[in-house]
Amino acid sequence: MNRMIEVTSDWYLTLSAILFSIGFLGMMFRKNALIMFMCIELMLNAVNLTFITASKHLGLIDGQIAVFFVLVVAAAEVVVGLAIIVSIFKKQESASVDMLSSAKG
Amino acid sequence: MTEILLFAIPALLIILGALIVVFAKNPVHNAMGLVLTLTSLAIVYITLNATFVAMVQMLVYAGAVMTLFLFVIMMIGVDKPEQSRKEIKGQTFLISGTLILLVSIIVYIGLENGLNWDLIFPESENAIEGTPSLLASSMFTSWVFPFEVISILLIVATTSALALAYEFKKNESND
Repeated sequence: MNRMIEVTSDWYLTLSAILFSIGFLGMMFRKNALIMFMCIELMLNAVNLTFITASKHLGLIDGQIAVFFVLVVAAAEVVVGLAIIVSIFKKQESASVDMLSSAKG
Repeated sequence: MTEILLFAIPALLIILGALIVVFAKNPVHNAMGLVLTLTSLAIVYITLNATFVAMVQMLVYAGAVMTLFLFVIMMIGVDKPEQSRKEIKGQTFLISGTLILLVSIIVYIGLENGLNWDLIFPESENAIEGTPSLLASSMFTSWVFPFEVISILLIVATTSALALAYEFKKNESND
């Protein structure tokens, strides 16, 4: 125990990378459109964590403002996405993306 | 020591919640895992001096967005397993490959020299506190144009959700 272990920005960036990887994994693996949306939320939150870490690391407030914009975009995306899921579900009684071949060109 | 615990406990909860989101079978459990992740992230934000963002995270994500998710889950039924098990060709192989790549990049950088990412910019001496007044004074001066654009985006999202949910009774032929 010679040196003190310090929590640096690198730790937060590593956490953010792990969170993004898990979200990406879920996005690829799951077929339920709802779960895929949750995984997108995970990835967006990983990016938010990176922004806030950078904001602290550089001593600038702009990173935290960027988080607000990401937050608003995520909320808008969820509203529209869930409305689409509900309207698809009304038609075919399933939220699985495999059935969605009707949008094919 | 306190510092490390304040990082480690929320970090473990974040990863646990994220794994629940990916692997749980019941959609309600997935949503609860997401709540765990988002709440623990708010704690991490507080340790990073972003107190106002942490509060907004609790209100908007853990509150509003999760309510919306749970509402839709309840609406389309909780006990519907994923019906289709058909796999895309080589799906498992591709996913595993990508995941191994991502994890090994993280581990490589982590082990390179003791979790030191060798950031180009040195850590700033200037410690900022993410208070509402500081955020507002920046958002309404140098970020005012993105702010207006984002308000237009919100109006468009609201209108489009309305248009999607509204049932057009007259023209049933264009199904």
